Amino acid sequence: MSASAMAYSDRSGLVGRLGRDGLIQIILIANTFIMLAPIVLMIFSAFKTNPQIFQTPFALPDFTNLSNIAKIWTETNFLRYLINSAIVTGTSLLLILTLGTMAAYAIARYQFTGSGFVLMFFVAGLTLPLKLAIIPLFVLMRDLGVLNTQAALVIIYVAMGLPTTVFIMTGFIRTLPNELEDAARMDGASEARIMWSIMLPLVRPAMVIAGIQNVVPIWNDFFFPLIFIQSDHLKTLPQGLTTFMGEYTTDWGVLFAGLTLSAAPIILIYIILSRQFINGMTAGAVK
Amino acid sequence: MAQLSLRGIRKRFKALEVLHGIDLEISHGELIVFVGPSGCGKSTLLRLIAGLDPISDGDFLLNGRRMNDVAPSRRGIAMVFQSYALYPHMDVYENMAFGARLMGLTKAEVEARIADAARMLRLEPLMQRKPRELSGGQRQRVAIGRALVRKPELLLLDEPLSNLDAALRSDVRLEIAKLHRDIGGTTIYVTHDQVEAMTLADRIVVMNQGRIEQFGTPRELYETPANTFVATFIGSPRMALLPVTRDGSQLGLAGSGAVDAGMQIAGDERELTLGVRPDGLILRPANAATGLAAKVVYTEYLGDNAYVYARLSEGTLVSIRCSPDTRPAPEEDVRIDLVPGKAHVFNRTSGERLPA
Repeated sequence: MSASAMAYSDRSGLVGRLGRDGLIQIILIANTFIMLAPIVLMIFSAFKTNPQIFQTPFALPDFTNLSNIAKIWTETNFLRYLINSAIVTGTSLLLILTLGTMAAYAIARYQFTGSGFVLMFFVAGLTLPLKLAIIPLFVLMRDLGVLNTQAALVIIYVAMGLPTTVFIMTGFIRTLPNELEDAARMDGASEARIMWSIMLPLVRPAMVIAGIQNVVPIWNDFFFPLIFIQSDHLKTLPQGLTTFMGEYTTDWGVLFAGLTLSAAPIILIYIILSRQFINGMTAGAVK
Repeated sequence: MAQLSLRGIRKRFKALEVLHGIDLEISHGELIVFVGPSGCGKSTLLRLIAGLDPISDGDFLLNGRRMNDVAPSRRGIAMVFQSYALYPHMDVYENMAFGARLMGLTKAEVEARIADAARMLRLEPLMQRKPRELSGGQRQRVAIGRALVRKPELLLLDEPLSNLDAALRSDVRLEIAKLHRDIGGTTIYVTHDQVEAMTLADRIVVMNQGRIEQFGTPRELYETPANTFVATFIGSPRMALLPVTRDGSQLGLAGSGAVDAGMQIAGDERELTLGVRPDGLILRPANAATGLAAKVVYTEYLGDNAYVYARLSEGTLVSIRCSPDTRPAPEEDVRIDLVPGKAHVFNRTSGERLPA
């Protein structure tokens, strides 16, 4: 224990320690409450009718009342939207991680003229507000003939996701020791095998970070599907759920049920990956 | 079988030349140590031999075959890295199997080789462990094992002991020497520690600023150093260099008197550099007729002998080995004389050794 810590506990004693730790606990608990409350309310409201939501918004609902969820299944293309969202998000993520990691690997591991410029080129993408360019984008997609297809969304999401991914991955790949690569080269591994068998397993935490960074905004995106997708059978979840938001009436219960179902996959993925995610965030700090 | 020829090897990084023409012939079965201060180019030379960096100029031949443009894995060379460079996500077995599988060996052959290496290096109980679960010495053995599995003709070791603590270092040093004899191949070992070099090597390459200063057996380097750099680099405590003026066989040192060289010195320059090691000097009392006048600064007691550090009147600090019983006290005036035949004489300007 350091001298200052000793002095601190000597002066304040047990009460001081309890007070400080207690305060931290209170702040953390309050924070947890603030973070979780909207999610809990969303789940509660998914089991309520419109009047119930407005009369007793915080009351425990009757969890056996599955009418909202049934309505989602029967009256909308929920499953279709879910599959569309999965296709668009999955394809985008796959492309972002594959292209981003390969680009970052080349920038970080090979010395070539202009590597700094290429990295700057990617990072410059971070500063571009894509939504401001929506009209040129629309014209571009029209000329490419991909309006009203999922390809339009994938192209935009990949462009959106690459800057951060390349940035995160380049930084991480640079921290891997050169001697590992040399050792693999002595062992007779080709460049592709060095990347695949040696480097990729080591950058997995960074890929998880980049993945989560991208999956949430893509899954939840409402704006680009609204612009580029017209056919109902191509709509993604956030867009599809607006069916329940009428100009004059909105069926909040059904909307919340849809939101709950739509958020569930992301929350699950996050929980499954969170261990890797946290490992990745602290990897640089402890080594 | 591995017989190496390096002919006029140069290495440039952009405009900066770090190796200025290295010529070296190494025969089969030798344990060669590259030694030199940091930045002398010894690790760079090792990387050129391994094929990890391209050779800018000159030829590297292995068993008579030019290797300049051959891929590292096809040179029949294995390397142990300073940081060991074990693959962190693979266990010990996988670390050793990775290279062997890439050689296109059969599964049985891979397993047999790994079993051999594991037995030789006592790694059997560790095969399922990840590198982070191993101690420094164990990692070191795995790194060597990974190299051995490839059955290299030439084994390269880059400062393999620098990450180990002092107690482990001498153990591993012995093990490496034994391993080299057991395998019977050629080994090149890089270190900045002259003690490691002296104890391990069949022959030592002393390097400085991208050049070879001397190539020879430890004994040759110690007894007949080619120049003042090798003379002061090899041996501990290091050799003292004194600027002396020749007068017949007498070597005079400004303000301290003169000593008899006790040998013939070639050439006719008057200004020379006299090199003396602690075991080449003897202490005489202050009123002795011969010897250089000096004042004792401090003494080191080492049990079986002692070192006396004395300052000559022109300012050079010399160390003298003496019996622990006859140790003088600090501040005492003494005279220092040469042991016949143990003096080294160098050209003052070039630093080259003058033949006796």
